[in-house]
Amino acid sequence: MSKPVIKVENLGKKYIISHQQQNAKGYKYKALRDVISDGTKTFAKKILKPKSKETINPTQEEFWALQGINFQIGQGEAVGIIGRNGAGKSTLLKLLSRITEPTTGRISIQGRVASLLEVGTGFHPELTGRENIFLNGSVMGMTRVEIKQKFAEIVDFAEVEKFLDTPVKRYSSGMYVRLAFAVAAHLEPEILVVDEVLAVGDAAFQKKCLGKMGDVATKEGRTVLFVSHSMQAIAQLTKRCILLNKGGVQFDGNTDKAVGLYIAGQEDGTESPAFYQAPASKTGSYLASAQVHSSEDGVQMWGKAIEFEFTLQVDEPSDRLRFLVEIVNDLQQPVTKFWLFKEDAPFFTKSGLFTLRCQIPKLRLYGGSYTLRTWFFKRSAPHTLLESLTNICPFEITMGSVERPGLVGYEWKPNECSYLEDATWEISE
Amino acid sequence: MSTKELVIEAGRTEKRYWQDLWNYRELFYFLAWRDILVRYKQTVIGVAWALIRPFLTMIVFTIVFGNLAKLPSEGVPYPILVFAAMLPWQFFANSLSESSNSLIVNANLVSKVYFPRLIVPASAVIVSFVDFMISGMILLALMAWYNFVPSWRIITIPLFILIAFLAAMGVGLWLAALNVQYRDFRYIVPFIVQFGLYISPVGFSSKVVPEQWRLLYSLNPMVGVIDGFRWAILGGESQIYLPGFLLSLGIITLLLWSGIWYFRKMERTFADVI
Repeated sequence: MSKPVIKVENLGKKYIISHQQQNAKGYKYKALRDVISDGTKTFAKKILKPKSKETINPTQEEFWALQGINFQIGQGEAVGIIGRNGAGKSTLLKLLSRITEPTTGRISIQGRVASLLEVGTGFHPELTGRENIFLNGSVMGMTRVEIKQKFAEIVDFAEVEKFLDTPVKRYSSGMYVRLAFAVAAHLEPEILVVDEVLAVGDAAFQKKCLGKMGDVATKEGRTVLFVSHSMQAIAQLTKRCILLNKGGVQFDGNTDKAVGLYIAGQEDGTESPAFYQAPASKTGSYLASAQVHSSEDGVQMWGKAIEFEFTLQVDEPSDRLRFLVEIVNDLQQPVTKFWLFKEDAPFFTKSGLFTLRCQIPKLRLYGGSYTLRTWFFKRSAPHTLLESLTNICPFEITMGSVERPGLVGYEWKPNECSYLEDATWEISE
Repeated sequence: MSTKELVIEAGRTEKRYWQDLWNYRELFYFLAWRDILVRYKQTVIGVAWALIRPFLTMIVFTIVFGNLAKLPSEGVPYPILVFAAMLPWQFFANSLSESSNSLIVNANLVSKVYFPRLIVPASAVIVSFVDFMISGMILLALMAWYNFVPSWRIITIPLFILIAFLAAMGVGLWLAALNVQYRDFRYIVPFIVQFGLYISPVGFSSKVVPEQWRLLYSLNPMVGVIDGFRWAILGGESQIYLPGFLLSLGIITLLLWSGIWYFRKMERTFADVI
């Protein structure tokens, strides 16, 4: 890693959250009246009971949004910051961009920081697109000369040249956001802090934004801190990730691993069991159980056979019942799916408990963690979904069994690709 | 590029604050420009509002204090006497209401982007200053109407404008910072403005105040400013009551200094409480 441009040491931010004692409704602002009445109350208490030293105020509670954060970021690194809601991501960004001040610790930063905390910050609805470009640019820290230079580029990127002299309050929300992002994307600070801005515009524009962000990080060699809930965007843009959890750093390192941990953590930390068993309270037609029979105990070797076993409870037989299972990777993307194609199945005519077995003689999915997603539905227009289960039966695939005669000591890395086909090579001269 | 190291720490007094303020001068310029542009958008008579309001108030004051109450006019037409005070007062009052609300109105900026917060109330004062310049035209028109020629003292007017500016800034900073935390000031400010109009010598000359009360009266910082304006514009008989003027100046300096101090102290928590 090159020399650190951001150095964070033992950073912490404390907020005082107050709980209203009597009536909790409508407590929004701190009003002078409350300060005066609270002040007299505590004053009276002090006079009446001089001995009782600072009793803990039951209406106030300390809340550490961040605590004991340490990390360093090198020049030109693109780092993702992920975590669940309330993990402290936004607080961290606010501290880094000097919006609020830390309670403990120290941050040292080399160079200019620009934060893109929300698209369209500082836009004024009454002003025209042209005026807003200048205003927004200056809010983000650009000089007038810089904005003038980039003006054409910004307008071009936002695709709004026709409406430059229309007040932005008459813009469609898509145009508004495109313009805002365009201004932000043309900032040129040494360090760019980006908070969840890619969830804007239509699919084509999102792609453009992602591309632009990728350029900023890789081609222009700037340091980018990137916060998002879109694991795909994170995985695409960054190699390193900091996973925050309850105000602390849970993991700092390889993005794939961090994303994996993040998704695993989303299931409330409870390890989902290797097999699925329907709760006893279920009624109607449903999936009673599901299980993965992997090649080894708990681990599936690449290229070996695997078997999925399901039991279906059917109470209303119908020839329209269909079952489908998907294998989902740790980015929550379905990788492959298997339909149950049968012209004639016993549950078309009979009710009861049925066992289905799905065998794959050679599973060629690339190493990584996977889960199953099932769909049990009745074919009609539209389909009636009877039951869909996600994140059941987690299993691992390892590449250990693959022999590489010419590549001794090659280390398999997860998520390099999604699929490894058997292939034969022929070399001729 | 700049390889300056920036250190963020709890309770660290920003040494480069004033330099930062200078670096962000363009933002200051743009915020003021925005507010001026927006001020009269989607109004029919636009900037004429800046003329009509003080003009009507002047007429009312002339009739009530000049014609009905028959107060002394320092030897000049009563409308000019009123308007010479109306100008700085309107400027002060507008600055107060604009700057006290400025941080709340710009809450989205304050909680999303870093910049020296001092820019926001300062640019609000600038916007009121533009209105001040516009309504200054009424004074010129009045002077032409009454064939009134000001004396040499008129060249000192920039000095008094500066004093008015500092007074507005000082009180504005206090109110802006207080309003972030205590929204009560949303209701207090219109009251101050309304009340202040009557306890400041706007509709009448400060000479009508009995001599023994004049020093006390000058505790109101606007008394010094308004007397200064009248002295510079009206010339002739108009005199500055020097001890009172100095006292007003002292109060203005104190307000400005303490305003900056309080604002800087609270500034770091604005984003958390706004």
